[in-house]
Amino acid sequence: MSASGDRRRASLASRGMQFAFVVILVGVWYLGTTYGGISPILLPNPVAVYHELMDVLATGEYVSDLRITLMELVTAFSISSTVGVTLGYLISRSQYSIRVFEPLFAGMYSVPVILFLPLYILFFGLGPASKIALGVTTSFFPIILNTIAGFGYVDRIFVLSARSMGASEFQLFRWVLLPAALPIILTGLRIGFTVALLSILGSETIASLAGLGHRIVQLGEGMDTARMFAYIAFVVVIALILNMAVSTLEARAKRP
Amino acid sequence: MNDIAVKVRNVSHQFGEQGESLHVRALLDTSLDIARGELLCLIGPSGCGKSTLLNVIGGLLEPTTGTVHVGNTQVKGPLPQQVAYVFQENALFPWSTVIENVKLGMMFQGVARTEREPRARKSLTAVGLADFADHYPGQLSGGMRQRAALARALSLETEIILMDEPFGALDEQTRMVLGEDLSALLSQTGKTIIFVTHSLGEAVFLADRVAVFSARPGTIKEIIAVEEPHPRKPAFMTSEKFTLLRNQLYSLLHDEIRKAVMQSTASERAAASGRGTGKGAPS
Repeated sequence: MSASGDRRRASLASRGMQFAFVVILVGVWYLGTTYGGISPILLPNPVAVYHELMDVLATGEYVSDLRITLMELVTAFSISSTVGVTLGYLISRSQYSIRVFEPLFAGMYSVPVILFLPLYILFFGLGPASKIALGVTTSFFPIILNTIAGFGYVDRIFVLSARSMGASEFQLFRWVLLPAALPIILTGLRIGFTVALLSILGSETIASLAGLGHRIVQLGEGMDTARMFAYIAFVVVIALILNMAVSTLEARAKRP
Repeated sequence: MNDIAVKVRNVSHQFGEQGESLHVRALLDTSLDIARGELLCLIGPSGCGKSTLLNVIGGLLEPTTGTVHVGNTQVKGPLPQQVAYVFQENALFPWSTVIENVKLGMMFQGVARTEREPRARKSLTAVGLADFADHYPGQLSGGMRQRAALARALSLETEIILMDEPFGALDEQTRMVLGEDLSALLSQTGKTIIFVTHSLGEAVFLADRVAVFSARPGTIKEIIAVEEPHPRKPAFMTSEKFTLLRNQLYSLLHDEIRKAVMQSTASERAAASGRGTGKGAPS
């Protein structure tokens, strides 16, 4: 009882410190831009950024860019999770194919995929297709690697005992392999989702026709720094919400 | 003829092919009859093939040569209607509660849905776990997990239960209590049990007969009968008869264990000197 109380107090204290840190950061930012003589083109005043953000939200001009970025993300993640989980399961069926493909994919996972963006733009143009292709490429590897790890290394004793009790192939999959592998696969899906979001936003800032990343670069190039900061804050909040949603889903599905 | 539950004839098993570095002759020309309702212990030095024999009887491993019959059926694969298993390690599914584990086993075996719940409750009560039905295996002690595994095997209502060092990972005191409970439980059910152990005391305390294995390649060296009615009381453990039987087992095993230790040192040295792809090692 008192131990959990201690823990709650400790966690409250660390939350308080985190909050104080952010407040101090914004405070320094405010003081520096108000009295420090920093050019508003380099670093706009937080109050100005706040007003710009309210304007962006009120006019709803973010909607078309947000829709494009989310469409790219959902398409990329659907493709990579479907292909990654299916292929990962098939590979995990034999020790031989695990030995062949796991090191191969692990090696490819360490390649900085952003280097392929110029190639993808050549293939698919400046529109969403090249962003989707990049998102698929980055998220495919963590998803397939975790799927192979999840299905491929199920404790043999579980399989043996299910077989000894007469489990059919489908029952073995549904009641033994899948629940054993699921927590690891879900972690792969979460990582895949996060890196897909990162690479899509990143590639939008490099070469694109629309999307949140595109909008941010456009505002920066137009020296509309306050509005650019407002968009950055907006994207940060969207990314936080998406990542929290995915983490919550993962945690809920993992609870036995 | 009808009072023989399991008939093992000239069973040999080897892992890997002759000439391969991992080639191991685990079991050599073993024959054995197990009577209906009998509790037979297999005991021997580690790596002697006693677990291999158990897996061959259970249909989890196909022998290189020889045959096994359960009743009149030749064993070609698992026989879930006739044979249930209790494994050494914790083979309960950690993502399911104790009662879900028991019910899953019955589902695999093909028991009708409505029958599963009452049968699961009954077998959990029999092993003293009625109050822990909704716990997850991770919330139970090692001894309780093995009780749950036993409940899962009992709920399948098979005639034969194979137990592969079911108490091997438990401490001495827990296994004593579990042994007593097992003896009491099984004396009521009349099941045929084949029980692999490396504990001399456990073998004498539980078994109607103890089959002693030689070192690898293992075969049955001698079978000792333990004439003592079930359920066995703790007092049996301190009796002169118990001590004599235990000593007899010890002298039979002593030389074999020495041989096995020499073998494993030699094979470890061979393994340390390189190569090996880790396929199908004997247990």
